[in-house]
Amino acid sequence: MYLQVNGASTYCYTGGKAINPAQPTVVFIHGVLNDHSVWILQSRYFAHHGWNVVAVDLPGHCKSAGEAPESVESAADFIGDLLDAANVQKAALVGHSWGSLIALEAASKLKERVSHLVLVGTAYPMKVSPVLIEASLNEPMKALNMVNVFSRSTLAAPPSALGPGTWVFGAGMALGRRVLASNPEVNVFHRGFVACDRYANGEQAIAAITCPVLLLLGAQDQMTQPKAAQRLVQAAKSAGQSVQVINLTVGHNQMTEAPDATLAALRDFLKP
Amino acid sequence: MPGYADPGFDTLALHAGFVPDATGARAVPIHLTTSFVFESSDHAAALFNLERAGHVYSRISNPTNAVFEQRMAALEGGIGAIATASGQAALHLAVATLMGAGSHIVASTALYGGSQNLLHYTLRRFGIETTFVKPGDIDGWKSAVRPNTKLFFGETVGNPGLDVLDIPTVAQIAHEAGVPLLVDSTLTTPYLIKPFEHGADIIYHSATKFLSGHGTVIGGVLVDSGGFDWEKSGKFPELTEAYGGFHNMVFSEESTVGAFLLRARREGLRDFGACLSPHSAWLILQGIETLSLRMDRHMANTERVVQFLASHPLVSRVGHPLLESHPSHRLANKLLRFGARGAGAVFSFDIKGSREQGKAFIEALKIFSHLANVGDCRSLVIHPASTTHFRMTDEALTAGGIGPGTIRLSIGLEQAEDLIDDLKRALKAAEKATG
Repeated sequence: MYLQVNGASTYCYTGGKAINPAQPTVVFIHGVLNDHSVWILQSRYFAHHGWNVVAVDLPGHCKSAGEAPESVESAADFIGDLLDAANVQKAALVGHSWGSLIALEAASKLKERVSHLVLVGTAYPMKVSPVLIEASLNEPMKALNMVNVFSRSTLAAPPSALGPGTWVFGAGMALGRRVLASNPEVNVFHRGFVACDRYANGEQAIAAITCPVLLLLGAQDQMTQPKAAQRLVQAAKSAGQSVQVINLTVGHNQMTEAPDATLAALRDFLKP
Repeated sequence: MPGYADPGFDTLALHAGFVPDATGARAVPIHLTTSFVFESSDHAAALFNLERAGHVYSRISNPTNAVFEQRMAALEGGIGAIATASGQAALHLAVATLMGAGSHIVASTALYGGSQNLLHYTLRRFGIETTFVKPGDIDGWKSAVRPNTKLFFGETVGNPGLDVLDIPTVAQIAHEAGVPLLVDSTLTTPYLIKPFEHGADIIYHSATKFLSGHGTVIGGVLVDSGGFDWEKSGKFPELTEAYGGFHNMVFSEESTVGAFLLRARREGLRDFGACLSPHSAWLILQGIETLSLRMDRHMANTERVVQFLASHPLVSRVGHPLLESHPSHRLANKLLRFGARGAGAVFSFDIKGSREQGKAFIEALKIFSHLANVGDCRSLVIHPASTTHFRMTDEALTAGGIGPGTIRLSIGLEQAEDLIDDLKRALKAAEKATG
């Protein structure tokens, strides 16, 4: 489904279904150099189990036009505009990595319009090493390899996004190359990493939200290590938020290296 | 960064796709079962609707086959793979996924006889035409493109003349035409060349050959790079428009990089059914585990045999890129991982003399086995014009670089000295056959 958001054509995977006002809505937000397809198993499941699904390609990424977000804050504003364009009053937000920060910031701004917040593979602050930021700009293929090496936790993922026989590492590499090539104007790899690195409103944002929060972390995650999410957990608890933390036995590829466990955690948390 | 997170070729050949499961079995188990029990009705429905990934029925997928598929995708640098009943089944699956009647293929003339048959005769019967181009005829590849062209196809090193395909150049022409390049990398295996790194989009192998290496199994595999942009091309509604055969799924929306594999498995394996037996997948995996060790020996033995034949007075031509006289010598050194040494262990040569002398040569061999296969651990020999390529006209044979007296060898893993001795005696027998 394509929506016009801020005058730009925006692609949203919906599982092939139109938005049904009678159903709850879940918005899936991808991370740096990803697109909607990283959520394909989980988003398709929800689309066929009573939910409206809006798995978006962020502006300037793959099928979506528009200016790629320069900051977490501007991406969060986009999520609000996306809900308006989809005519959705209230939604659960599920974000991965950079997308988790966008979901967090959006939830803090949208308040009651957000029913649930799920932060997958999150960290705060989400500092990116200077070496990786520099490589993403000047040697993006090298940086892409580094990211996929850091992200994986197994050489034998269970049946995944393409079914059995999926080589998750190769799929991550191919998707990264495709997303990078999709925007000839902006290096979305570098821009995304800089946005992660500079985001400084995490603790205030999590204290301001009005919905339950789930942090879905990877015990073997080298991109966003579980310990790096503790400041958010503490800030949420200090603010009296309802916060739940699940550590999956996986790295940063939660959706593709542990698809069933990720789905189960989402399904349990989003259960009406 | 070396190590578990970024392992090298040999580690992937042994470990990609499998970690010990609950049974603790270290070797990959053979899952000989037709079907898999669902956890619940919801689980069953989710599997059928591709909401969850898992195994349903072994024609579509199987855990042992999935190890083979992941391993091959890892070794080739792809996104995933599909195991098939044979290399020919893999080629058919690729073609049938990408096109239907009214489509057109541009293919190299230097092909395995079975592939040439499929394209020239069988697919034509189903409305798919092929234009054949000499692999080195770059202008020929360009001028063969038609508005309905859907695929470029060649072998990494062409059978049996070992014409090395200029993958970067041919891929560029294909991409300018908005179509993918499919390559058959059977003779080179991922150890000798990584076609995706040179621009190819899809690879297939006859796993019967060097991948298994033991000559006990028929199998194939199709690997996708995930690099070809089907939507940007605009020539593949099979992948970018709603497919009535699967709940109006749009494969390119489901997976940005994996549309081809999704349709190939969900339609091709489902409907055509050329799946691989899990037992065969297991046998192939036993071979892959030692692929680099065997290929090193194949290369070393081949080098010795080529040197011997090239200096023998009864031999008029040796068709291996190791020799500077071979038309692909330079290209082999440029593209193949080990240069011209890595152009494979299957090559042809011509004996000076009559057909009778050729026959005497083959019948005098004791270690080389006369049969229709290549890539075995044992050395093999065949006369292409009367066997693998017998359906081809003389014209097509010549276009493929095969003469009536051409002998094809597949060099195995025996002692090189013994192979040379066997050839020496057989050449003597051929010489005597003149009298």
